[in-house]
Amino acid sequence: MEIHRYEKLWTAAALLLIVGFIATVTYGALGPGVTMVDDSGGTIDSGSLDETQFGDPGVTQTGENQYEVHVVARQFLFQPGTGSPIRVPANSEVTFYITSADVVHGFEVAGTNVNVMAVPGQVSEVTVRFDEPAQYGIVCHEYCGAAHHTMAGQLVVVPEDEYSAEGS
Amino acid sequence: MAYVDDFPTDARIVRWNLLVAFTALGIGGLFGMIQALHRTDVFRGFVSSADYYSVLTGHGVLLALFFTIFALCGLFTWGVTKSLDRPLPSARFTMAWFGFMFVGALTATVTILGGLVPSMPFNADVLYTFYAPMQAHPAFYTGLVLFIVGTWMAGFDWFRTYWRWRGDNPGERIPLQTFMVLVTMLMWYISSAGVAVEVLFFLLPWSLGIIESVDPLLTRTLFWYFGHPVVYFWLMPAYFIWYTVLPKLAGGRLFSDPLARVVFVLFLLLSTPVGFHHQYTDPGIPEGFKFIAMTNTMFLLLPSFLTAFTVVASIEHGARQRGGSGRLSWLRKLPWDEPAFAGCALAGLMFAAGGFSGIINAGMNINYLVHNTLWVPGHFHLTVGTASALTFMAIGYWLFPQITGKRLRLRSVATVQPYIWFVGMTLMSNAMHRAGLAGIPRRTAEPQYDAVTFQGVVGGVSEMRLQIAIGGVFLFFGLMLFLLVIFATWLGGSRTAPLRVNGTLPTPLSGPEHSPKILDNLRLWTAIAIVLIVLAYGLPLSAMLADGLFAPGSPPIPV
Repeated sequence: MEIHRYEKLWTAAALLLIVGFIATVTYGALGPGVTMVDDSGGTIDSGSLDETQFGDPGVTQTGENQYEVHVVARQFLFQPGTGSPIRVPANSEVTFYITSADVVHGFEVAGTNVNVMAVPGQVSEVTVRFDEPAQYGIVCHEYCGAAHHTMAGQLVVVPEDEYSAEGS
Repeated sequence: MAYVDDFPTDARIVRWNLLVAFTALGIGGLFGMIQALHRTDVFRGFVSSADYYSVLTGHGVLLALFFTIFALCGLFTWGVTKSLDRPLPSARFTMAWFGFMFVGALTATVTILGGLVPSMPFNADVLYTFYAPMQAHPAFYTGLVLFIVGTWMAGFDWFRTYWRWRGDNPGERIPLQTFMVLVTMLMWYISSAGVAVEVLFFLLPWSLGIIESVDPLLTRTLFWYFGHPVVYFWLMPAYFIWYTVLPKLAGGRLFSDPLARVVFVLFLLLSTPVGFHHQYTDPGIPEGFKFIAMTNTMFLLLPSFLTAFTVVASIEHGARQRGGSGRLSWLRKLPWDEPAFAGCALAGLMFAAGGFSGIINAGMNINYLVHNTLWVPGHFHLTVGTASALTFMAIGYWLFPQITGKRLRLRSVATVQPYIWFVGMTLMSNAMHRAGLAGIPRRTAEPQYDAVTFQGVVGGVSEMRLQIAIGGVFLFFGLMLFLLVIFATWLGGSRTAPLRVNGTLPTPLSGPEHSPKILDNLRLWTAIAIVLIVLAYGLPLSAMLADGLFAPGSPPIPV
């Protein structure tokens, strides 16, 4: 098979670029440690969430600067998040456990890397660092029914001293 | 002699396929404009926000499945019969597959449109991805099954035409167009098995109440097993045109037949074991398998890079044949006023941009920034929405005279139409990409929330909205012009004047005699493709099945 010299060069450059792309993704995983949501959250019976930690979802402190947040997504709200904002302190490491009580939803904290699917029967586990106080919007970004566009919430990162003063 | 004179029966089936394809394009395009105006809040008078999702489902299914695949069937029937120089063996069987596809598509479409009419007892507001446990009316799933079975029969029709040709021509190389059709169909058989299992074994019996629950993650995974290769099912007919017809339109000939074959074989190997890249942010799938899908996806760039080279080289060759010279000034010698050429060339150009935004999606952890945002439709309106759609429209200008025997009418309208599409898509798509970077979600009627502010990285949100709305209107206008030209040619033209176009395709600069024989060994490539799929999917799928076929289960949630 004859391959033109320019085409050989082009193919070599394309392969180099491809390997380069794979390298950047690998660096993101190993260097800054951006991990993918995976099967670590386990499975769950979406029909009986009440018997699990999702029965009373919300924020729990698990270590000095460590928190867990259980969130239930359902048509058309996040519990917590929609009725009352999710509140966590600045300078904390927060692990979200997110599941769905009905259909597939999305959990996107707008303007951040927090962007996962909430699939009934599965628990999505993501760990995030919040360094600074801020207010974020939470959006359901997977179509979930006729009022999908109303499904949103809030995440508030409050200053550390304010958070402990509230005692929450 | 035009194609219609040589193959009257096949020309009819090509016409019918293209008629259905372009009708679906017209309806789906209208829906697209309604969405562009609605979600940007420019005009919300067409439908309520609740009905927006019926329109969105129609837009996705009519365009991504019916428009593209009917167009493929038309083009592939033309390519097989022409390159093998023999008709499809049985007109009755051909009508049967067309009938299956048409009845299936019509059933699914009517069910979707039922969502817009409150008195209708059926709907399918489940979008193009129909994720369980949202449930559509059983007619929707039944329609999809009929449609897919029809495509399988169409593939069989092309294969057996090839087998008969092989019987008469032992030892000859498979003609390039037929080779492309066969390889594409092998990919389609392997990948559409996923959605067939999803619908036949899970969603359809579940919608009929025969089984109580389905596993949402499993059905979603089966969908995406099919959901990435299907994008190549949209794209490969465009590649088929770019490789075999575009060089002629540019005034030259294909640069390399062997590399064209290599590219199609690479698509067969790599199109399917990448589906998890649509599920990077899904729970329940181990990170390692997402990584495998990511590397496979990146290598899937290779055939597209090779295509970029060959197609540009072929076009340049054409331009130089027409007297072009210089490093870039040969570009001016290209027939930019020929709508078939201009449309294909602009489609290829936009595909390059779409390819690069696709690399961001493919970048596993980088994808967190854009997953399910408006970036994603921004991306695929460049790929399926332009690389495929504009190519199919452009080639319509060239092919319609040949399958009807009538000269193209309204040539001047046809000449500007690809440029209108190009401008409209530039406006809409760039703004969608930027809106995605700001975190604005896709698939929503009203991406405006009280408690959420989206910060544009480049430009402001209201400017993006305006560009999306104006772009959407341009695209719809371009689409109407296209339909006007095609239907005017079809219905209004006469068969008196000799055609200005002919279907003779020049031989490549480097022909099939230079391609290694092994490239035509379809069994070998199919076997390797299956091994790659087992490596990518075997373990995670068996983990999902380990707790039972229907567990963790979800009962149906009607929409």
